[in-house]
Amino acid sequence: MAKFIALRFLQGLLVLLAIYAITFFLVAATPGSPFSSERAIPPHILAQIEAFYGYDKPVLERFWTSLTNTLSGEFGPSAVYANRSVTDIIAESFPVSLKLGSISLLAALLIGIPTGIVAAVRRNTWLDYVPMSVSMAGICLPTFVMGPLLALVFGLILRLLPVSGWYGPEYIILPAATLSLYYAAYFARLTRGGMLEMLNQDFVRTARAKGVPEWTIVWKHCLKGGLIPAITFLGPALAGIISGSFVVETIFQIPGLGQWFVKAALNRDDFLILGLTVLFAALIVVMNLLADIAHVALNPRLKYE
Amino acid sequence: MALLHVQDLKTYFFMRGGVVRAVDGVSFEVERGQTVGIVGESGSGKSVSCYSILRLIDEPGRIVGGSVMFDGEDLLQATNSRMREIRGGRISMIFQDPMTSLNPFLRISTQMVETLRLHTDLDQRAALHKAIAALEEVGIAEASKRIHSYPHEFSGGMRQRVMIASALLTEPDLLIADEPTTALDVTIQAQVLDLLKQRQERLGTAIILVTHDLGVVAGTCERVNVMYAGRDVESGTADQIFYDPHHAYTQALQKAIPSLQTKGDLLYTVPGMPPDLSKPVQGCAFYPRCPYPKLAPPDGPPPELVVLTEGHCAQDCQYCDRSKPIEDVLTSDVTEAFE
Ligand SMILES: Nc1ncnc2c1ncn2[C@@H]1O[C@H](COP(=O)(O)OP(=O)(O)OP(=O)(O)O)[C@@H](O)[C@H]1O
Ligand SMILES: [Mg+2]
Repeated sequence: MAKFIALRFLQGLLVLLAIYAITFFLVAATPGSPFSSERAIPPHILAQIEAFYGYDKPVLERFWTSLTNTLSGEFGPSAVYANRSVTDIIAESFPVSLKLGSISLLAALLIGIPTGIVAAVRRNTWLDYVPMSVSMAGICLPTFVMGPLLALVFGLILRLLPVSGWYGPEYIILPAATLSLYYAAYFARLTRGGMLEMLNQDFVRTARAKGVPEWTIVWKHCLKGGLIPAITFLGPALAGIISGSFVVETIFQIPGLGQWFVKAALNRDDFLILGLTVLFAALIVVMNLLADIAHVALNPRLKYE
Repeated sequence: MALLHVQDLKTYFFMRGGVVRAVDGVSFEVERGQTVGIVGESGSGKSVSCYSILRLIDEPGRIVGGSVMFDGEDLLQATNSRMREIRGGRISMIFQDPMTSLNPFLRISTQMVETLRLHTDLDQRAALHKAIAALEEVGIAEASKRIHSYPHEFSGGMRQRVMIASALLTEPDLLIADEPTTALDVTIQAQVLDLLKQRQERLGTAIILVTHDLGVVAGTCERVNVMYAGRDVESGTADQIFYDPHHAYTQALQKAIPSLQTKGDLLYTVPGMPPDLSKPVQGCAFYPRCPYPKLAPPDGPPPELVVLTEGHCAQDCQYCDRSKPIEDVLTSDVTEAFE
């Protein structure tokens, strides 16, 4: 188990390194520079700016400095927002996105998994059909449709909830609902599938033949195995919630990482793009690692391989 | 009074394409401490009969008729909670495939202790002790350590031993063993059957032993029920079925016992395929495969069971000429099948 974790950890580091390099060289190879703007800047000033940010050095040297800086936890200055370092921006906006993302993921799990379990246990009844039809709709609606739709109904028509900004708890509800509905639907379907597979196993018949009550069979005998598909999906779900946050944070005007990411890309803010990409990648790698560990912990047959 | 009296049991599966009459009027009795064999080829309804006794039939299946009197109580009328007391408490069951019948996600200890906690007042520790002792009794070395393993750490034979130990933990009155050795190596089969017999003698458990091998039955059972296409075609003592089979199907099964075969190394198999259970039976279900000369095309209800001698009954078939010596008919059929 320790060996497995160490191995996955190393793999994760390599992936991060690769992502860092690819992003860096892609950004460096893109025509134009962060400092080219509509306003004409006198050449000597431009040269000064470029020297300040290290753009006068050859690209490999820049890569090396940038990489060593990043490893020591320093992402560099924002190339567009004067006097603000990438670290500052992350420190300010990451908690916002983290809060939105984790609440959305948690809501998706808390809604999706119990729904999936009940649908599997009561398969082919309305407790199965209704949630599964709703979840089909949830999966088919993209966030950029779901978001405005929810904002329209709950914000503008019913006037129950605020539709933009980030000031109090009530501001979380609509964006989190937008983000989590899709994943709740997905988790529900995955859990239903996983549980159905378990409930059809021979060992369930053995348990019933021993006189084990139905719900004990569900949570004691089937839950571990039945949750495996959902757990495996945690990594991709987090990735999706993060990229979904680009859209949702823009729709609901939330000052999180996603919004910064969009701005950084539009403004060609090289250091910010790099910093945010690495941060997102690290999040996904960590979540995948956690999901793998959970997977192994749930399935005793994997522990020895 | 018999411990178990199954009377005219009918279990149908209501499929989209029609009704599959998997069990269509099965009757038999099991006395205390007795071993009763149920024999028949694949698809004859042996497992469905067993599951029906414990009401372990799922949709689209339904028990549509008959009674299962167990110790004076009709299990088909019992409440669900009463059934849970009986399952694993007074009637236990072991299954064909020990690889899939144990839960791979739970330790053996968890699975064995669970049964004891459900059916006895033992606390966790006492239950664990009892489970360890049970594993030792079925010949598992270092049981106190190995009980904490997961099923995949055991071989197939060992797992079936675990299944037997688990099933007998609560000292049930009746053990239903659905082909307990079919998935095992031949050498291990004998060991497991011996173990079953040995435990039975200690505990006085009655056993229903399902198998498709008449040879297994001969060595282990007192009485035998032969099933074909969801019905009983013959029942009697092991000796009667083994040495004096009456029904053509029983005779064919007897011919198929490997050790009784005389024709070189070739194995005799019953020719033809079992009938489609979703079609109603016209007269004798075995008619299309029957090796005797045919007399009349069958129609009407299946033949009644008639008593041949004390304790020996069989379907009395009128559609074939039973006067020709069986040996001739079957041997010629065998050679035909081989040529
Ligand atoms: N869940 C089910 N749904 C539909 N039909 C079923 C189901 N279970 C059993 N049957 C049908 O019932 C018939 C009897 O099956 P059963 O499992 O009792 O046979 P068996 O005698 O135990 O055979 P085997 O030796 O292969 O175990 C089969 O024809 C099968 O098609
Ligand atoms: Mg069977």
